[in-house]
Amino acid sequence: MEDLRSIVEALIFASDVPLSLDKIVDIIGTVDREAIVDILKALEEEYANRNGGFYLSEVAGGYQFRTRADMASWLRKLKGIKPPGLSQAALETLAVVAYRQPVTRQEIEKVRGVDVSGALRGLLEKKLVRMLGRKNVPGKPMIYGTTKRFLEVFNLKDLAELPTLREFQELQE
Amino acid sequence: MSYAIKLDIFEGPLDLLLYLIKKNEVDIYNIPIAVITEQYLNHMEIMRSMNLDLAGEYLVLAATLLNIKSKMLLPPEEKEEGEEEQPDPRAELVRQLLEYQTFKEAALNLGRRTLLERDVFKRGFVPEVKTEPEEELIEVDLFQLVEAFREIVSGLKDEDLLEIDTEKMSLSDRIHEIMERLSVEKSMHFRDLLADVHDRRMIIYTLLAILELMKMRIVRAYQTHAFGPIRIFLAVEE
Repeated sequence: MEDLRSIVEALIFASDVPLSLDKIVDIIGTVDREAIVDILKALEEEYANRNGGFYLSEVAGGYQFRTRADMASWLRKLKGIKPPGLSQAALETLAVVAYRQPVTRQEIEKVRGVDVSGALRGLLEKKLVRMLGRKNVPGKPMIYGTTKRFLEVFNLKDLAELPTLREFQELQE
Repeated sequence: MSYAIKLDIFEGPLDLLLYLIKKNEVDIYNIPIAVITEQYLNHMEIMRSMNLDLAGEYLVLAATLLNIKSKMLLPPEEKEEGEEEQPDPRAELVRQLLEYQTFKEAALNLGRRTLLERDVFKRGFVPEVKTEPEEELIEVDLFQLVEAFREIVSGLKDEDLLEIDTEKMSLSDRIHEIMERLSVEKSMHFRDLLADVHDRRMIIYTLLAILELMKMRIVRAYQTHAFGPIRIFLAVEE
């Protein structure tokens, strides 16, 4: 058991992207899923209790070590300050894609009331949005959706973790 | 003038309309169309006078507003027995505004989340050594820039605005001049850029140059707090 725990920890530590349960099971092979789930829970707790500079985060359908948010100012110093990467236009476009996916560019433009090709291109380059295919209507417009990278960057386990649009409507009333 | 700037830094006509509704503190369900339309057209006029190439969407919404305004001026039609009540001509616009506002809220919420590479970091990024200003900076949007510009210009005395055409200077000359100053000084106040400029055309060129450079993501405008002085930085390569 102790061995298995170390293996799981090592795999997550060395992985570039959030490591999924499937992938861990796949790599280790013979063991049962439930045992790994228990280990992940135990590890999460262990790092939370340790209350150190980083923690084990469940994000984008996997697990990843991340620095604690209150360490951000120090890490920004390490990295050098970078101006905020996403503009208001990009965030609005991303929000429409996230909530309305699969969605065409025309549908996004209807909501925002402006041309979104530039914003969409930026999101595609940042790999926050991807093309899903074409819609089967006249003109066969491209349809877009969010990526796993989107979940990773925005600290979401999955899309269901986003607050509903209704919550934002109620906020306005 | 050959230079035209698209308003893609603006969030668009709906954003402008929401801004006006908020500014006038009116009810979104009961928009005083005449007042808001007038202000909307005024804003368009200001933008046009600065030779900003207004995106077609602004005109479409202007037409919609005027159409609604004229409909609301008509006396309500005589109602026959059992006839349905006339729909409010503003209904569709209100629906659109509310939908846009919802997504604007959703976008704000996304921006407030714990973001990777901003709030939390994962292993393995390459540290770059950079010395950057320590203050927390807010990126300035076009509204604020135009507002600051208006303030500066309205502070000028009329006699300062002599139009003397001795020196022919083009917009691209002005862009190069600003870039040159920025490459030496790294950052400068928006106000200082206009400090020794008295020619009306040069004032306009200065604003257009900044907008063009912002659009090309060569410079960025920041302020340390709302309504604070605006400073222009060379953009850092990401």
